[in-house]
Amino acid sequence: MTTALQLTGHRDQLFNQVIRQQLDSWISKYPPGQSQSAVIPALHILQDSHDGWLSEGLMRALADYLEIPAISVFEVATFYTMFELKPVGKHKISVCTNISCLLCGSEEIANHLQKRLGIGFGQTTADGKFTLKEVECLGACVGAPMLLLDRQYHEHLTPDKVDALLGEVK
Amino acid sequence: MVNIEIDGIPLRVDSAKMIIQAADEAGIDIPRFCYHKNLSIVANCRMCLVEVDKARKALPACATPVANGMKVFTQSEIALQAQRGVMEFLLINHPLDCPICDQGGECELQDLSLGYGSGISRFSEKKRVVKDKDIGPLVQTDMTRCIHCTRCVRFGQEIAGIKELGATGRGEHMEIGTYVEHSLASELSGNIIDLCPVGALTSKPFRYKARAWEMTSHPSIAMHDAVGSNLDLHTRQNEVMRVVARDNDSVNQSWISDRDRFSYLGLKHPDRLLNPMIKQNGEWQVTDWQTAMEFAVDGLKHVKTKNGADQIAGLISPTATLEEGYLFQKWLRAFGSQNVDHRLRQQDFSDAGHDQFSAMSLADIESSDAIVLLGCNIRSEAPLLAHRVRQSAYAGGLISDINFFKTDLLMPVDRQVVVNSAQLFVLLSGVAKTLLQRVDETTAKAWRHMMREKAPSATEQNIAMQLANAHQAVIIVGALANQHPQASAIRSLAALISELTGAHLLILPDANSQALHLAGALPHCDASQELKDGLNANAIWEEQLRAYVLFNIEPEFDCADPAAALLALQRAGFVMAINSFQCDSLRDYADVLLPLAAFTETSGTFVGLDHQWQSFTGAVAPPGESRPGWKILRVLGNISKFNGFDYVSSEGVRQELQDQLNRLSSARKSIYIPAEITNVNGVQLISEVPVYRTDSLVRHSKALQLTPENQFLDTMRISPALAEKYGLHQGDAVQIQQDEFAVSATVLIDEQVAENMAHLAAASPLSARLGNAFGNVELSAMMESIDA
Repeated sequence: MTTALQLTGHRDQLFNQVIRQQLDSWISKYPPGQSQSAVIPALHILQDSHDGWLSEGLMRALADYLEIPAISVFEVATFYTMFELKPVGKHKISVCTNISCLLCGSEEIANHLQKRLGIGFGQTTADGKFTLKEVECLGACVGAPMLLLDRQYHEHLTPDKVDALLGEVK
Repeated sequence: MVNIEIDGIPLRVDSAKMIIQAADEAGIDIPRFCYHKNLSIVANCRMCLVEVDKARKALPACATPVANGMKVFTQSEIALQAQRGVMEFLLINHPLDCPICDQGGECELQDLSLGYGSGISRFSEKKRVVKDKDIGPLVQTDMTRCIHCTRCVRFGQEIAGIKELGATGRGEHMEIGTYVEHSLASELSGNIIDLCPVGALTSKPFRYKARAWEMTSHPSIAMHDAVGSNLDLHTRQNEVMRVVARDNDSVNQSWISDRDRFSYLGLKHPDRLLNPMIKQNGEWQVTDWQTAMEFAVDGLKHVKTKNGADQIAGLISPTATLEEGYLFQKWLRAFGSQNVDHRLRQQDFSDAGHDQFSAMSLADIESSDAIVLLGCNIRSEAPLLAHRVRQSAYAGGLISDINFFKTDLLMPVDRQVVVNSAQLFVLLSGVAKTLLQRVDETTAKAWRHMMREKAPSATEQNIAMQLANAHQAVIIVGALANQHPQASAIRSLAALISELTGAHLLILPDANSQALHLAGALPHCDASQELKDGLNANAIWEEQLRAYVLFNIEPEFDCADPAAALLALQRAGFVMAINSFQCDSLRDYADVLLPLAAFTETSGTFVGLDHQWQSFTGAVAPPGESRPGWKILRVLGNISKFNGFDYVSSEGVRQELQDQLNRLSSARKSIYIPAEITNVNGVQLISEVPVYRTDSLVRHSKALQLTPENQFLDTMRISPALAEKYGLHQGDAVQIQQDEFAVSATVLIDEQVAENMAHLAAASPLSARLGNAFGNVELSAMMESIDA
């Protein structure tokens, strides 16, 4: 469990010092007045320090920090599938079901995962360990079928490989 | 300039133009949804695809710049096929609910699908449905109908300065909305109704009321602020059904404020005065016009014989027309009374006669590179002027906001300085002192008593230098300054600074008060600028005269000192009101009520801050027995047996005034030099008129009264320091004592309010029970909560 982040109050007290430093380093990469450009990396930083998901308060605080309208943060966060708007499990499994993976058997992988974890897409296991997601192409067609476990790509999957993979996860 | 050809028509156009702009100028029709001439170009609807010679596929006309020798075809096979294809995609998710859609009959999608769509859909899959959002009392949403043109999103970002709507989600799941449901906070939000090409955003109060083809359009002018936005009144069977913007690039471009758009809802309010009424032996009687007017004239004549004509006073609303103002003062002056005024909310008149109403076009304000807002909550006072200031700020103009509280102007602001009355004079004299160091001895000497010893601060020097160095600078003096008890000193310091820097000085008029000024509805001079010695709006109440004539005002809301006004009216022997609305207090003190037509029902002239004379005519007949103001005043003149009241039209009135004004030489007046400034001690009120409490029509518009802007009428905003001093906490009930009057309000602690000042809305039922605006008050915590 991460420590609670400061989500209200003055701009220079938001989140915590470590996060502010990370955000500032991203903001400084863009010309002054264009802090909106930093919204994607900023959302990643916040999601990582907030149990893997973005709350409304977190996004509002980011809007305040970047000095942009809140809706501009919501637009980006709702657009990309890598941002979670509801609480997720400890590990996130994103299975690609796009055309290349589908042709190479992603359906079998998806079914196997759903049976093995006992959950459907968009759900989290009862113990809070895994969240299963169906995603669009992750650009690894050469290794289809594939999935993304947290930050790691796993390619050329078979049901056995999936079992082995799940076994390794703590 | 380049030479191009559209559909074989040779055109010579500016090389910075897009094809669609060139086509629009030439009157060649290209279909479009996302393109709007006053918004940025995004090219996301693709409806304007046209064939361009030598291009390998159809190009969007809105985002393709013209080039020399370019040949464009809007009706070729390639263009039509592309447009048909786009239309088919647009209609995939669009519901076929035109019969129950408010936009039906004036829908751009409906029109274009008739021209470019196919009769039968090839799409047999399920259409998506998007949940509606509640975005407040003014705009109705039906988001399933949205085609994602993003005009509303761009309007918020680029014109209103507040991006509240956005596109969330992706692909099939993309939705336009606020993400978290809330009421739109922009005072320009209604424009997205006009902008929406489909029925996704429609007017909530107008919903299911009428069809576009049943209504007739009448041009008119908005009377609620000094901009004079151009309107189209849509009427059906003698009823104004809705109000939309009429394009006028020199005034309001394509936009109008929500106040101008929704004030018409007040026209049908049950409190509308519909019949002439007279009070006899304490009983109100409905009567005919002749009887009522004779009664009124007799009443005034009686006062004149018994007490003298100087015991009669007339007050006229700043929303009255030029013609009404002229006849009003002409009639009262014929009686022999010089006590005529329209500056109802002002308290300090010592600079009267030195007035410098310099005209300034809205385009000039937009192109200024330094703007100082002085006691001006510009978003609420004149929303479309705020829009012009915002465009200046977006273009790099430096905006300085000096006010008694900080408010979000929704634009990049160079500095916001929060001052109380004493600090304001320190600041202004500091700015002036910086500049005086550079001028001749005589001017400096004349103003020495206003200057303090201390050297100007960095901020003061900065403001002075910004104004002096600007290519074009403006100082806008707003209502909060003009209604201040020491307004003359504020205005004259602003005039001095303007003279020393070459900046324009814009004393922001209240509604149509520029016209009423020209019409001579003033105690110190008439329309021919002959000097008179009448009582001003303040003295008229203080002197407690015998007879009052009110023209479309509700004294407890429209005057600087509600308590004094009420007392004077109750003690007066004779009160007549020519009003559009009646209320209990009016029935209590008045003796005659004459029903007045609203601006939609009369012809007249508006003169805004740009000094343009904009005349308009009535769109509907006045309801009941009510009559246009100029006609009422003409007949009152006749019944009073005065000469020169035989007008046949309002144009005749206007012409007479214009002839008088043409004879005047425009002598430049000197700047008023105030005596030393006395500082106020104790807590001073900031009596700001909220955006939807400005005049009686606006106050009777139900939808406007429901907006979030109007929810703080019973709230007193004070700084944390002041709250601590009086032991007040957030949400506490506080007693506000002003002389013998006391009211209770809820405390809102706000660091943005100046020290030792308490912000309390004026023109509200609460402040109607208090004395003068910007008065001194005593605060005390109330022991029991209000519920107990």
